[in-house]
Amino acid sequence: MAKGLYVSETAGMSIIKRGQRNRLSETAVRLILILCALVAVATTIGIVASLLFESLRFFQKVPLTDFLFGLEWSPQTALRADQVGSSGAFGAVPLIAGTLLISAIAMLVATPLGLMSAIYLAEYASAKTRNTIKPLLELLAGIPTVVYGFFAALIVAPMLRNGGESMGFEISSESALAAGITMGMMIIPFISSLSDDVINAVPQSLRDASYGLGATQAETIKQVILPAATPGIAGSLLLATSRAIGETMIVVMAAGLAAKLTANPLEAVTTVTVQIVTLLTGDQEFDSAKTLSAFALGLLLFVITLILNVIALRIVDRYKEQYD
Amino acid sequence: MTEITGILKTAGSKRHRAEARFRAYGLIAIAVSLSFLLIMIGSIITRGSGAFHQTFVQIDVELPAEKLDPEGTGDPDVLRKARYGKLLKAALRDRFPAVKSRSDKKALYKLLSSNAEYTIRDQVVADPLLVGGTHAFWVRASSEVDQYMKGKIDSSLEESRRRINDKQLAWIAELQDAGKIEKRFNTQFFTGGDSREPEQAGIMGAVAGSAYTLLICFVLSFPVGVLAAVYLEEFSAKGRLNRFIEVNINNLAAVPSIVYGLLGLAIFLNVFNLPRSTPLVGGMVLALMTLPTIIIASRSSLRAVPPSIREAAYGLGASKVQTTFHHVVPLAMPGMLTGSIIGMAQALGETAPLLMIGMVAFIVDIPGGVTEAATALPVQIFLWADSPERGFMEKTSAAILVLLGFLIIMNLVAVYLRRRLEIRW
Repeated sequence: MAKGLYVSETAGMSIIKRGQRNRLSETAVRLILILCALVAVATTIGIVASLLFESLRFFQKVPLTDFLFGLEWSPQTALRADQVGSSGAFGAVPLIAGTLLISAIAMLVATPLGLMSAIYLAEYASAKTRNTIKPLLELLAGIPTVVYGFFAALIVAPMLRNGGESMGFEISSESALAAGITMGMMIIPFISSLSDDVINAVPQSLRDASYGLGATQAETIKQVILPAATPGIAGSLLLATSRAIGETMIVVMAAGLAAKLTANPLEAVTTVTVQIVTLLTGDQEFDSAKTLSAFALGLLLFVITLILNVIALRIVDRYKEQYD
Repeated sequence: MTEITGILKTAGSKRHRAEARFRAYGLIAIAVSLSFLLIMIGSIITRGSGAFHQTFVQIDVELPAEKLDPEGTGDPDVLRKARYGKLLKAALRDRFPAVKSRSDKKALYKLLSSNAEYTIRDQVVADPLLVGGTHAFWVRASSEVDQYMKGKIDSSLEESRRRINDKQLAWIAELQDAGKIEKRFNTQFFTGGDSREPEQAGIMGAVAGSAYTLLICFVLSFPVGVLAAVYLEEFSAKGRLNRFIEVNINNLAAVPSIVYGLLGLAIFLNVFNLPRSTPLVGGMVLALMTLPTIIIASRSSLRAVPPSIREAAYGLGASKVQTTFHHVVPLAMPGMLTGSIIGMAQALGETAPLLMIGMVAFIVDIPGGVTEAATALPVQIFLWADSPERGFMEKTSAAILVLLGFLIIMNLVAVYLRRRLEIRW
């Protein structure tokens, strides 16, 4: 289209010159725009490069297999070379287990609440109720995670501990349960709004067919809509899980510091993100395995969340295509 | 026949019960989710509202000229160096002459904030004519007295189990009878920097740090984000590069925020040697983090501009760049701004990446620029929440209320912009 315009401008020399100048500036503008778009690519490269580079330095000191399969995590570095236990232990298994435990609790809280909320909003609620409740639920996602962390550490955890005491349980004040429940609250809106979109994308013809056969609304939802929406819902659950695994502030404030391999939600566990924060706040020496191990943990976190995201986005995309 | 209708009836009612149950589950789920929100906000408001008031004690302090300014110069530097703590302690002893033993005197001094002497210093420096007389000053009470006055310390507990002893309670009662102790609006909380003493701590330093950080974040991410969106929507061929960039952006939007902190630490601090703990680096990291949000919002805003606008511009002889920047972008601007404000609100609440680049230091001074060490509002909340002092619990909740206030304002601005400016095609 633009080329056609230049042809019509050949009426006079000055116009041709202006056309050339315009073309030059058009190329310059285009170049600037491409550069801006490439910032996103550069960020990805920057993330991967910085994590890989520092992790490789870490793996020169600690073998990869020790890191991935080691059952003990105590990243102390010695003050003197001859000190006992100076090497430290860098087994990431307890951290991964702790992360998964807390994320699992969060998903157990958030999945039923988020999914049922989405179903109600998409299928039952009137437009008016929907328009008031949806933004309210999304408020939960807008609250900074440090606020959830404060709530978990200073309100939920003492409540659980006192409740447990009165029933004869011993619940640690940094229990996985407190962090997990609070994280679940945070994740509800992710699940509810994504699932809501997915359920809305199910074609009305499926509903009409089901009603025509005499099914009630609940039967239609359970036997027609949910099966049709399953891939999309699975995608939204995966995205929410990835969010839970990468969440930092709630666990930094409410979960423990000591690495412990346990499946008991009443005990204190630590997570990958907690360890990254504890290793990197305070004094750092960039040649010690202790500091570098934070980057190896970061790489691990990045890879896990990336895999979850890629799978989830692919499922959701394919699902959308199915009904487009 | 009757049998069949009976079966149909029960079947119907059973199915209807199932229907009602299912519907109720949905309502319960929403109610539980919203009650989480309510409980959280409610408990923070009840805990935090106290921090907006602070207990002050009025005390007559003698300001002898020979101790403060022996040569009578009135020079602020001389006045600033004088030892007001001693004068304040003497004033307390005069106020309660019955206190004799060493330990009682210590308990007496603990009624006032350890920073109370600076209140007097500042007033004397501001008005040197006070020197030589005895004047009444309102000074900050200590955090324990403040908590007691706010009803947070139960005086019916055993003496050994509370932070304030019986004698101190008696002194407070005496001050109360004389009307010399009262709660006032706590301006220090809004105008002061951080402090080790809860009664002295303020959020201005953190607010300023957050403001500088967001400024850098916006200046970097808004133009880049908008231009990237313009490229992807208006200029690029829908080819492989476009698809690659798109996948990149979608994945970046889901990268955990702490990973951006690691990027900032490894590249901005260690490779480029930018100054640690500064809003400059914090803003750069947050800019990278909000970029996907801004690009995604800007793209959908550009997509909403109807093709007829572009065709009309081309028809009048405008070039591609002219069409885009004179017509399409201005029309898409309200949507782009709305998306950016929401991105900025996310950045304002972000904590983890800032911890990585060292914005967690204890900083008393209010930062004056983007290259000065600073902390940010959410980081300040994290630091206070970690503090064992009881008085900080209240300050933390109050700081959260301030942060939520800012977020609400930003979101309201976004909603307003959307309502007022956005064009529905």
